[in-house]
Amino acid sequence: MTALSSEIGASKIWQRINLRDVAMLGVLLIVIVINSFARDNFASTTTVGYLLLDVIPIMMLALPMAFIIISAEIDLSVASIVGISAATIGALVLREENMVVAAVSGVGVGVLAGAFNGFLVAYLGLPSLAATIGTLALYRGLALVIIGDASVGSFPETWTSFVQGKLGATGIPTVTIAVLFFIALAVMLLHYSPFGRGLFALGHSQEAARFVGVKVQHAKFWLFVASGLVAGLVGLYWALRYGSARSDSAAGLELTVIAAVLLGGVSIFGGRGSIPGVVVAVLLVATITYGFRLQRISDVVLVIITGALLIASVTAPNYYQKIRERWRFISRAKDSPAS
Amino acid sequence: MSVLTTDQRAPWRRLLSAVALGATAAVVLAGCAAGSTEEADSAPAEDTETTASAEALSITFIPKNLNNPYTGVQLKGGKEAAEELGMTYLEVGALDAAADSQVPFIQTEVQNGTDIIVLAANDPNAVCSALDEARAGGAKVITFDSDADCRDLFINQVEEEEVALGQLRQLFDQIGGTGEIAILSATANAPNQNAWIAAMRAEIEANADYEWEIVAEVYGDDEDAKSFQEAQGLLQAYPNLKGIISPTTVGIAATARYLSTSEYKGQVALVGLGLPPQMKEFIKDGTVTAFALWDPSEVGFLAGYAGKALADGTITGAEGETFEAGKLGTFTIGENGRIIVGPLLEFNADNIDDYDYISF
Repeated sequence: MTALSSEIGASKIWQRINLRDVAMLGVLLIVIVINSFARDNFASTTTVGYLLLDVIPIMMLALPMAFIIISAEIDLSVASIVGISAATIGALVLREENMVVAAVSGVGVGVLAGAFNGFLVAYLGLPSLAATIGTLALYRGLALVIIGDASVGSFPETWTSFVQGKLGATGIPTVTIAVLFFIALAVMLLHYSPFGRGLFALGHSQEAARFVGVKVQHAKFWLFVASGLVAGLVGLYWALRYGSARSDSAAGLELTVIAAVLLGGVSIFGGRGSIPGVVVAVLLVATITYGFRLQRISDVVLVIITGALLIASVTAPNYYQKIRERWRFISRAKDSPAS
Repeated sequence: MSVLTTDQRAPWRRLLSAVALGATAAVVLAGCAAGSTEEADSAPAEDTETTASAEALSITFIPKNLNNPYTGVQLKGGKEAAEELGMTYLEVGALDAAADSQVPFIQTEVQNGTDIIVLAANDPNAVCSALDEARAGGAKVITFDSDADCRDLFINQVEEEEVALGQLRQLFDQIGGTGEIAILSATANAPNQNAWIAAMRAEIEANADYEWEIVAEVYGDDEDAKSFQEAQGLLQAYPNLKGIISPTTVGIAATARYLSTSEYKGQVALVGLGLPPQMKEFIKDGTVTAFALWDPSEVGFLAGYAGKALADGTITGAEGETFEAGKLGTFTIGENGRIIVGPLLEFNADNIDDYDYISF
């Protein structure tokens, strides 16, 4: 009996750490090591700078997306919200509005777009897949209405150099600090708050979640608002980072984001997933992409590899589960004579 | 439920599961790594070969996107020039022509220390911070096809003005100066298409002979299927349409294909910029009477020679400097670092067979 209780004590520490995440982290480290050996200019501050600057939009969008998918919903319109936010900022800058006004309006439009999604899903009860496919097209169309065929790049120097700025000689972009804050916030909310636990329940069963007191509509609405807010911020970042606001900014990014979230161990059926897993998965995809491009391997190969990786990461745990069940069956058969 | 059972498992089993998962992922990655080392093996082999012949210059072409036949022709010329001049040639690019999609590729070239970067800008602004870093690192930057305001030279096929006027002239010859016309372009933000369209609108405004009404300007995004559908939509929405101008090779081919099988064949005039081999069947079957282009491989070829001259220090990009470009002869740098390759080539049933080489 004492042996058993000590085992439980040990497993409590293990419970805190999701081993799938640890395995993903291991893979990320392997990829970094392989890349460093394969290409001697990979391990440099230039890589750190470029890689992080490129990964920030995906990382930011992946956080609310993880929340939403864990709740068994989906938001396909995030990239279009980035587009409409960037277009708003661009159009206002084109009319020589104050940059602060433009930035706030851009983020505000993101929040409104998210709220509209939330309204459709939470209060009209539309399936989020259908609703956000609709708004994906709607917001992209509105972006084209707002900014037309213009490509706006005349942002104030202080804003663009801030976004592209690095922390001393480390190569780490300054904006990374804000992103770390958002990651920490997401971890606290999802894993250490009643709200987060409610979302997991919601993902497993909406009825059961309602039964145990989760405010389902409320939770869903605010998730989509949060997604819109983050997408609005990414729109601002996008415009400043690339010095270009257009109607097609970030087009197609939603699939990259969803793929990274699923690779990070979030179940597409909801109820399962973790923020550390998602963060590692985003970095993993970005590092593989960066390493491949540095070796000048064609993007055609790259999309095949990322696709294969996604499928492998989703199917491997299922196969593993089956093998484990057999294993347990065999070991239980062995144990039974002793008891 | 599975959550509960997992919690009751012994820690070593959980560890085992992690190891198994890690192993699976490692196998997948080993696959990738095997692929990449293969590439890596072959690349240094070329490198050593070229470095043996005294520090070969490296030139990398970054087109708007891959898998565009027109781009393929341009790059063919670039490769030919690079081979003639003994430079290490590479072409890299994204699958889509989004504003930001070229940025990672420029970054990669900066990091790999490429000497000459030749780029057709998807967006005049988005590429600039990356290109500035490349130039700060000593690389020479040439834009071709569509410009960005952060380069040493811009190589253009034909003067924008002439491209626009040539297409209007061809349309005028077919339908006269009145009626409804439409424009089927590439993407809404494509700088060169937009420049041509702006020039066309200005000319229609200014020229008394041209009394057309431009009823629509649609975007096929340089995708075949999308362009086809846009063409179909135009004719449904505007039954009185007399002419379509499509200043993009993908757009004109898709529009011609739609017209050739529709009731509008021969009724609606189609002009624009097309590749002769792609357009030949539509000229022969009477769908299209005339269209225009240039030899796209010449722009790549000239970029190769101009890049070499820049890297050697023969030219700096200042107005009035001249350089030799092999089979194309001598070129003079124009105002604001612009070089024009040549005049517009116009194709019709009489001469189309002579231009099969403008192909991929």
